[in-house]
Amino acid sequence: MNLQIEDKGAAVLLAIDEERLDAHNSGELKNQMLKLFEEGKNNLVVDLQAVRFVDSSGLGALVSGFKNASSRNGNLKLSGLQLQVKSMFELTRLHRVFEIYTDSTEALSSFQQ
Amino acid sequence: MMTDRIAVDIKVPNQTRYLCLIGHIGENIARTLRDYSGDREKLAFDLNLVLTEAMANAIQHANEDNPAKEVHIEISIVSQRLIIRVFDFGTGFDVHQYIKPSPPLDEHGRGIYLIQTIMDEISYNPTEKGHVLEMVKNLN
Repeated sequence: MNLQIEDKGAAVLLAIDEERLDAHNSGELKNQMLKLFEEGKNNLVVDLQAVRFVDSSGLGALVSGFKNASSRNGNLKLSGLQLQVKSMFELTRLHRVFEIYTDSTEALSSFQQ
Repeated sequence: MMTDRIAVDIKVPNQTRYLCLIGHIGENIARTLRDYSGDREKLAFDLNLVLTEAMANAIQHANEDNPAKEVHIEISIVSQRLIIRVFDFGTGFDVHQYIKPSPPLDEHGRGIYLIQTIMDEISYNPTEKGHVLEMVKNLN
């Protein structure tokens, strides 16, 4: 999976550089997030700007990351959701679980307040 | 009036790397339809999703993750009815268990729920060698 990981201080930014987040690559995202949690990095921003398709397995990976972050007193926030990706979050009511920001800059600055 | 009559028959290895291919076929069918008056881009996303979910389901739950097995998919349009059949060769699963929405913090079990919110009919029945998940959407 093409994924850019950058430590921005208050949080780590994971920019997914893939058209799809599905059952083929969601396991890799989950593992990358677990690695960050093991390093004590519990505040994450997952930027989905490049992603135009997410399936239930992709949503599951993000939920897994959210639960892991929360249990470590951190948070996982999302940014850059395309219209149809956003509608997937609404359909599954996950828009009430995640803090969702327009872009990664906004999401990152929410960690600094 | 000309109406769409399409029949596509696909067999791919039981591997997630082919999800993208199958999803894109669904998208392209939505964009090619001659007489569809709804939101075409929404239909493209929905067919991509339904095919991806149904195939991932066959791979992971019904074909027991065996990469040597095959997933067989039929897509057809007859009289404004879009019918997708996904055949698996495993012992199957209880489709009714997954019809309801998952609690928000569950990591699994949303696939069938998503399919049934998009499609008008869904059924899962035994065949000679396994099972078939049949999904129907009325296009008019």
